[in-house]
Amino acid sequence: MMAEIVGAYFTSHVPAIGGAIARGDQHNEYWKPFFDGFPSVRRWLAEVKPDVAVVFSNDHGLNFFLDAMPTFAVGAAKSYANEDEGWGLPVYKSFEGHPALSWHVIEELVGSEFDITTCQKMLVDHAVSIPFELAWPDAAEWPVKIVPIAINTVQFPVPSPKRCLALGRAVGRALRSWQGNERIVVIGTGGLSHQLEGERAGFMNPDYDKFCLDHLAADPDALTQHSVEEVAQLAGTQGIEILNWIAARGALGDVPLAEVTRNYHIPISNTAACTLVLEPA
Amino acid sequence: MTSDRSLALRRSIPGTALFDGELAERGFQLNAMCFSFNEAANRKAFLADEDAYCAKFALTPEQRKAVADRDVPAMLRAGGNVYYLAKLAGIFGLNVQDLGALQTGRPLQEFKDYLVSQRAGIDPAIAGLHVSREIA
Ligand SMILES: [Fe+2]
Repeated sequence: MMAEIVGAYFTSHVPAIGGAIARGDQHNEYWKPFFDGFPSVRRWLAEVKPDVAVVFSNDHGLNFFLDAMPTFAVGAAKSYANEDEGWGLPVYKSFEGHPALSWHVIEELVGSEFDITTCQKMLVDHAVSIPFELAWPDAAEWPVKIVPIAINTVQFPVPSPKRCLALGRAVGRALRSWQGNERIVVIGTGGLSHQLEGERAGFMNPDYDKFCLDHLAADPDALTQHSVEEVAQLAGTQGIEILNWIAARGALGDVPLAEVTRNYHIPISNTAACTLVLEPA
Repeated sequence: MTSDRSLALRRSIPGTALFDGELAERGFQLNAMCFSFNEAANRKAFLADEDAYCAKFALTPEQRKAVADRDVPAMLRAGGNVYYLAKLAGIFGLNVQDLGALQTGRPLQEFKDYLVSQRAGIDPAIAGLHVSREIA
């Protein structure tokens, strides 16, 4: 009896997506090119039937503040609630946790010398909720339990792409050694290129995004040639959320991967949006 | 070690200051106030008496003026972080596109047009939807 990693689902998590869902704007001219990426994601999830999702994302000031800002935080809670983030999004459904798997991941990470923070209480924000709303729009309750892993993208020093890939690989080792029969989907959220603040607000970089998409599956180490400051220069200050994708890619392990579906569109809100599914070839 | 080149980038990307220890320390009070706006009661209290609410968080004079002036670039210079400032902006009914227009000095429609115009830079090889494995 061994757990199986069924693949990975990656998507942008822009809060405005939640607004579009709440208004029912999925089919209008502005939003359709983005939402068109999801029927194939949903069919894939229905086929691979995951029981657990290991979710790499970044908190945007719901759970963590500058008083205590963990570089890497792993949830080990029985459940995870979403709450009011202050800008008018609906409060989304809570998530069931998988504490036993969380602690197994934590043991592997600390055993591999990652000095993480563990959280028996953790709120999850739109960076977790919106990808789930997109993937399972009609679910009365989420069909998977989660193990959330938060990467600091708020305050520099931010961990490097290299470190995030290594973190993801260590998470992948933990998942493959888990003595359960769960089917595990890895989720990476955020990005792609965008910048919200300063005179460079509105910056996007489709060339860097293409570089990431061209290498993520077959050669993720290529993405570690840049420091995180260089990623901010290339992808915009919030474009560093690609770290969540890099970590999620690492968790898939160094196996040949096949792309199931991909959708890249500019813009949604201020963001170059992308949705991607990879599975073992 | 973070390389000198990367450290220099924290302050040298045009129109950008990466939010590091220096800014996090400078902006702590302002960001703490913005963080409090996760709660509806606090948003209401701010709107009811802005001066009293700002005093409770001991904003610096620079921060207080930036908030009073609704001056987003000044809030950033005073150490505000956009993830937290967005919660303050939400109180005024401003979204991140409004913020983008304010920070770049463009009218809102022009800022939105600028966002859309970047679609032209997409390599056709990655544009739009690609389904590699059809699932019935
Ligand atoms: Fe984000």
